[in-house]
Amino acid sequence: MAARRLKLGVLALGAAVVLLAPPPDAAGASGERTVRVEASGAAFSPAVIRARPGDRITIELVATDVVHGLAVDGYGVSTTAEPGRPGRVTFVASRGGTFRLRCSVTCGPLHPFVAGALEVGPNALLWRAGLLAALVALGGLWLARR
Amino acid sequence: MTRVDLLRVPWVGRLVRSRWPQVLLTVALLTGFVLAIVAGLAGTPVGNRNFGIVGVWIAWWAALMLVAVPVLGRGWCGVCPLGAVGDWLQRGAVLAPGRRGLGVGRRWPTKLRGRWLQNAGFLVLALASGAILTQPRVTGLVLLVLLLLAVGVSLVFERRTFCRYLCPVGGFVGLYSQLAPIELRVRDKRRCAAHRDKTCYVGCAAGSGCPWQVYPGALDRNPPCGLCLECVRTCPYDNIAISWRGFRSDLLTAPGHRPDEAFKALIMLGSALLYAAVFLGPWGTLKEAALGVGTGAWLAYAGAVVLLLVGVLPGAFLLAVQAGRRVGRSELPLKRAFAVYAGALVPVGLAAWIAFTLSLVLVNGSYVGAVVSDPFGWGWNLFGTTGARWAPAFTGLLPLAQSAVLIAGLGMTTVVAVRLAPQAHAERPLGQAAPVVLFALGVTLGMLRLLVG
Repeated sequence: MAARRLKLGVLALGAAVVLLAPPPDAAGASGERTVRVEASGAAFSPAVIRARPGDRITIELVATDVVHGLAVDGYGVSTTAEPGRPGRVTFVASRGGTFRLRCSVTCGPLHPFVAGALEVGPNALLWRAGLLAALVALGGLWLARR
Repeated sequence: MTRVDLLRVPWVGRLVRSRWPQVLLTVALLTGFVLAIVAGLAGTPVGNRNFGIVGVWIAWWAALMLVAVPVLGRGWCGVCPLGAVGDWLQRGAVLAPGRRGLGVGRRWPTKLRGRWLQNAGFLVLALASGAILTQPRVTGLVLLVLLLLAVGVSLVFERRTFCRYLCPVGGFVGLYSQLAPIELRVRDKRRCAAHRDKTCYVGCAAGSGCPWQVYPGALDRNPPCGLCLECVRTCPYDNIAISWRGFRSDLLTAPGHRPDEAFKALIMLGSALLYAAVFLGPWGTLKEAALGVGTGAWLAYAGAVVLLLVGVLPGAFLLAVQAGRRVGRSELPLKRAFAVYAGALVPVGLAAWIAFTLSLVLVNGSYVGAVVSDPFGWGWNLFGTTGARWAPAFTGLLPLAQSAVLIAGLGMTTVVAVRLAPQAHAERPLGQAAPVVLFALGVTLGMLRLLVG
């Protein structure tokens, strides 16, 4: 019983470290960035936009076939573009992590599933969740060991 | 965890024994089902403005995967309109117990029993999911074919043959019902053994014999029982209990041991990964290939999907189980170990589907308001909500919620795998379980990468 409590304590400590450890800093200083994103069919190109925390980002959305939109999860910003009439949206990447880009205007049958990603610095949630998952699985086996 | 017999609560008992609530709910769902078919076939081709797509693949799917299956297990099957129509025809009644209606009542061939046909049906739907989830006409057609098939089968074969052996939805609902905290069982098995008439199985004036062809006295796990509640009405000794119990009880006390169920668990797990990649990932080419049913790109996609779901994933799991047998020095034959340990994948599989569904409903749930007012996309505005704008909800919290669900599922899978280890008759039981847990960890990391990465 005491050994089990000790193991639980070690696992809880491990979980606390994973949850509370500060994420690594993104390399380089923040600045201005303009990214041209093409929306065509069911995809954004590039599908992934990478930025440093604090970057002032301008997304220029270019629609090559029909009207498309682009909304950024977690930031609440969006723009729309028609073929020949690009849309622009500017915002400061103040929150770290990975955020989905979604089409905000019905553009075709696959519209609800048109997606991309904005990566602002390292994806701390992914790393924390992955390490916690490993801790749960391996810790569960360790706990069961007599 | 001790069980709480819900039928001992007077108002719950009355609600369950009366046919009215169940029939009313089924009729309401049948109305929605027919509306989805008509909207799909005759309404606008714009999916997010058509009740066929939004009502079925967002509203119904979310209710099923986020509430009904995790909490009520087979509860959906008890009110499902697909099987109900054939059931009413067979009994020649809707509300009354009924004795003799339409139908030949043949027995389903023994060779076709089990979950293989449900697995195949789900696989076919998964291959066409790009078109089904986005094109109203395809959804309408699929729902119509399922309804006609369910009615047709009920007119030729006995009881709920379609639900038990063919329904692709019933297959995975049954699989995941093993986790649910609700179960229907008899209170005292000796009472059943001594009961000569077996009214629960053959029927009586109070109700039909079990439509799902289950003898409740021998029921020890959730998947075979469709929660139609007929046995509650036909048991003369009030010997049926519907109990609140601990989550995952079936997986610990009565694990499955059949390869068809094992493949069901693996196909569902692989499908969750597949859907997350195709529908939530950034790969436009993959989405276009999934949509273009019949094209060359789709054929390549379909081939890869079949290879993944019935080849690569089960193969990798088989290797994990075999590694476990070696490390654990297990005496359990490989085939049996494969089937038993596949049960441990049920929690991680359901968690993967819940995480996927959260994306679907939180991002696209706002379309429901519009299609309720204008189900066909014809410009109606019945409730003044047609103009509701697309408004994703809680997307800032979505990755956090998905991570928590996936980790919780993995934790439950780890517990089940560890608890199953003694059944493997291994010298080192944990050695047997460890590769299975590592396999589940790999799947969880894959889902995290797709949903949170």
